[in-house]
Amino acid sequence: MSFFDLQGTLKPLTALKQFGKKPHTLKDIPWKKREASDNYRGLHFNDIDECIGCGNCSTICQNAAIDMIHLEGVEGKKGDSGLRPRVDNGRCCWCALCVEVCPTGSLSLTKDYIYVTEDPDAFLWTPGISNPDGEERKSYVSTHELSLNHFNRIPMPELEGKERIKSFAEVVLGYNEEQAREEASRCISCGICTEVCPDHMHIPEYINAIAAGDDKEAVKIIYDNNPLPEMCGKVCTRRCEDVCAIATRGDSVAIRWLKRYATETAATADITHEIVNPEIREANGKTVGIIGAGPSGLTAAYYLALRGYDVTIYEASAKAGGATMYGIPKYRLPIESLEKQIGYIQSIGVKIKFNTKVGKDISFKEIYDKYDSVFMGVGFPDAWPLGVDGDDAEGSMQAFRYLYMINSGEKVDIGDKVVVVGGGNVAIDAARVSRRFGAEVTILYRRRVEDMPADWEEIEGAEDEGIHIIPQGIPTKIHKDEKGHVKAIEYLKAEMVADDKGGRPRPVAIEGSETVLEATAVMAAIGQMGDYSFLPKEFEEKITIERGRFVVNEKQQTGDPKVFAGGDAVNRTADAISAIADGFRACKAIDEYLSGK
Amino acid sequence: MREKATTLYLGPQHPGITGNMMVRLKVMGDTIVSAQTEVGYLHRAFEKLQERRNWLNSFTLMCRFCVPETDPMENLYARAVESLDNIEVPERAKYIRVMVLELARIATQLMWYAGQNGSLGLYTMGQWSIGDRDYILDLFEQLTGGRVYHMYQWPGGVRRDLPEGFEGKVLRTLDYLEKRLKDYDDLMFSNSIFQKRTQGVGYVPKESIIEHGVVGPVLRGAGIRSDIRIDEPYEVYDKLDFEIPTQEGSDIWARALVRRAEVHQSIRIIRQVLDQMPKGEFNTSIPNPMKWRVKAGDTYVRAESARGEVGYYAVSDGTIHPRRMHLRGAAYVHAITLLENILPGQNVADVSAIMNSLGTCAPEIER
Repeated sequence: MSFFDLQGTLKPLTALKQFGKKPHTLKDIPWKKREASDNYRGLHFNDIDECIGCGNCSTICQNAAIDMIHLEGVEGKKGDSGLRPRVDNGRCCWCALCVEVCPTGSLSLTKDYIYVTEDPDAFLWTPGISNPDGEERKSYVSTHELSLNHFNRIPMPELEGKERIKSFAEVVLGYNEEQAREEASRCISCGICTEVCPDHMHIPEYINAIAAGDDKEAVKIIYDNNPLPEMCGKVCTRRCEDVCAIATRGDSVAIRWLKRYATETAATADITHEIVNPEIREANGKTVGIIGAGPSGLTAAYYLALRGYDVTIYEASAKAGGATMYGIPKYRLPIESLEKQIGYIQSIGVKIKFNTKVGKDISFKEIYDKYDSVFMGVGFPDAWPLGVDGDDAEGSMQAFRYLYMINSGEKVDIGDKVVVVGGGNVAIDAARVSRRFGAEVTILYRRRVEDMPADWEEIEGAEDEGIHIIPQGIPTKIHKDEKGHVKAIEYLKAEMVADDKGGRPRPVAIEGSETVLEATAVMAAIGQMGDYSFLPKEFEEKITIERGRFVVNEKQQTGDPKVFAGGDAVNRTADAISAIADGFRACKAIDEYLSGK
Repeated sequence: MREKATTLYLGPQHPGITGNMMVRLKVMGDTIVSAQTEVGYLHRAFEKLQERRNWLNSFTLMCRFCVPETDPMENLYARAVESLDNIEVPERAKYIRVMVLELARIATQLMWYAGQNGSLGLYTMGQWSIGDRDYILDLFEQLTGGRVYHMYQWPGGVRRDLPEGFEGKVLRTLDYLEKRLKDYDDLMFSNSIFQKRTQGVGYVPKESIIEHGVVGPVLRGAGIRSDIRIDEPYEVYDKLDFEIPTQEGSDIWARALVRRAEVHQSIRIIRQVLDQMPKGEFNTSIPNPMKWRVKAGDTYVRAESARGEVGYYAVSDGTIHPRRMHLRGAAYVHAITLLENILPGQNVADVSAIMNSLGTCAPEIER
């Protein structure tokens, strides 16, 4: 190479042709604002109404840039924590994982990337509040398909409809290990379910243990505040699943089935004892008498016994469990399952006196005087009659009573055409049990199918088993044959009329629409009621009974400070998990009351 | 009188390299007597941080291992997790990944054009190539939602499919760049000043190449044909037709020619990718990130970045957190041991140019 290289000197000068050109990124600036791409990950936007405050965005955020805060005007309610995300833009790295894991799809990123302010605290940004106009500038969004949430539930293996009606074998077969782990892995541990569970069970924690493959840990966590978890795992009304964050855009996590899976891994009462390994405090010399071995009584008894109390339960029937033992058909809750759980409760020292009806075999006063405190979990043992003409016919009965007799091993003559009146779980249970005895079954309900208070899975199960549902039918009369036996049921068709007060639509009978349905048995499943005849007059005066229920304070305490109550005879929800919650609360209150703390 | 060596601190802020690191030089006049690198200005403990995060959100740290070229790092993480957890990646995702990797390679080389020339005082080149790099960043923005930190390749595939009309935009950008590369040649490679400042400067002897485990354009600039894309093909590189350019000089000039040729090869690869890319899924569903337990085991994956081979070692103990993560980038040896080795005898004015030609990326050294 010579010292002066002509080409090497001249060629670079061709760069002069670029003189005055600007890079394209600067072309229109500052006259025109640069528009970001349709996919841009800019500042956050949150649809405040759609957001349920599950906090999944905050959990995934690797920079701890998202806090969940209370906002004025946003109140917590069922299925909504009342919290909303606030982003610290000084920490955010715009990875948009918060968007990818948002179960509701309310969180997104926008095209906005410049934000200038003199306020030094403005980097704390509440998406949706700080930028209400962000809705139109949304760019990076999580659709149902792109979301990292798993919206589809692992289907529960079940017996076929035709197989089921041949016996009382359990319909639901339960998850196997692999299915349970996979289903548990869908949970995002937001804890919104815990809020609505009457018993505030530690749902995210035990699901987490199942997902981690530690079933024993799950069982331990579950037993922390529920001594009948396998029962709940099979028949709970599971309000938790209604509010599951994943259910906002998909199927809720099968919380009930996961609890069932975990508890079933403890096959016997002894194994349960071994796994839970309960810490039983030294006897403190105080005694508690409990009336009724239903879920509330058993719960109070279990946790009081753990705290060192000497607990005795008085049970009128031959078996413990109350409505869960006698009211729930065995294809939903096998007797062995319940006996295992009750066996475990007895194994820690709870005494149960069976076949001892208070008011008959022992007086209330005797119990009241004998124990330092009394808990009444007496339930609703009686059922409402249908209250129409011909109600007294042979073959006209109450569904709850029918279930009791069947579960006690008695034989009941129902013929081959059964009509069940009602739309709750008891109605469906009575119908499905009758079906198992070979009858043709019809359910007559005043409102529409979608208004039925029964569990949707139960309704589907009944339909699968060939049960016919007649909605919008109001029974008016039961026809008898010459022997006084049920021959048919007469009903009026109803139309749904919107409620002026904003309540659910009411059924109003259509005149002249009388229809007669042949029947060999009619079962009324329109509600149960209490039987308080065991209470002596002087005690009844001390406490309050309103609309057939005991009135208690927030500690389950009646007007008599020594006496506590819970279960169906107290709460309106009348389900097992509420009864368990009552028992748990009462245990703490009785402990406080007796220890003077 | 005996001449006394002067200590000269070069850095931690540098012309020509990304990130902060310092070289302590002992100089006699303009000639370097010895060099010692000093790092520690940039340490952010990414590898340790990943152990606290879950298997998904630790992926967002990967792009920070090398800011100018983030995509090979994301690719390594995705492939490491896929190999541990036996995740199948859809074919389309593999093609998209290769396209992204090659676009990133071009963008990195354009940034190198700026750095290499900037360190020699030819600033016009930098303004051109950084401006042209923005066309690629525009593509990245449309595809991934981010210009520099793409966070796009993740375990299972890629996060989003190609936007409508994206292929056409890529092809137009490639056509434009091909034309522009001629201008670059005129301004840079034909420039006698550039030639004089680079030929014979920053020479890496053959024995140092083996001794220091040299990779990438530095290795190929010394006449050794080695590239992970060919030696151990990943994604769909085995289905693509491209060459591995080499040069013999083992100096800055040779390495510059290798990089120049690589840009052309990358353009060739992307055109093939767009031609062959199948339709279909772009992602395999991964478990809920909050409960994702990757199967226990360990794995080592390699990829070819613009600076050379990068390797990633990942260990899972079967929990929701990675147990150990380790990245080994080209810059780790190039910019520490090799640099210290080749600087003595060089002119002090050439240090930045040498560092640039070795592919120094400080964030890759300090993880």
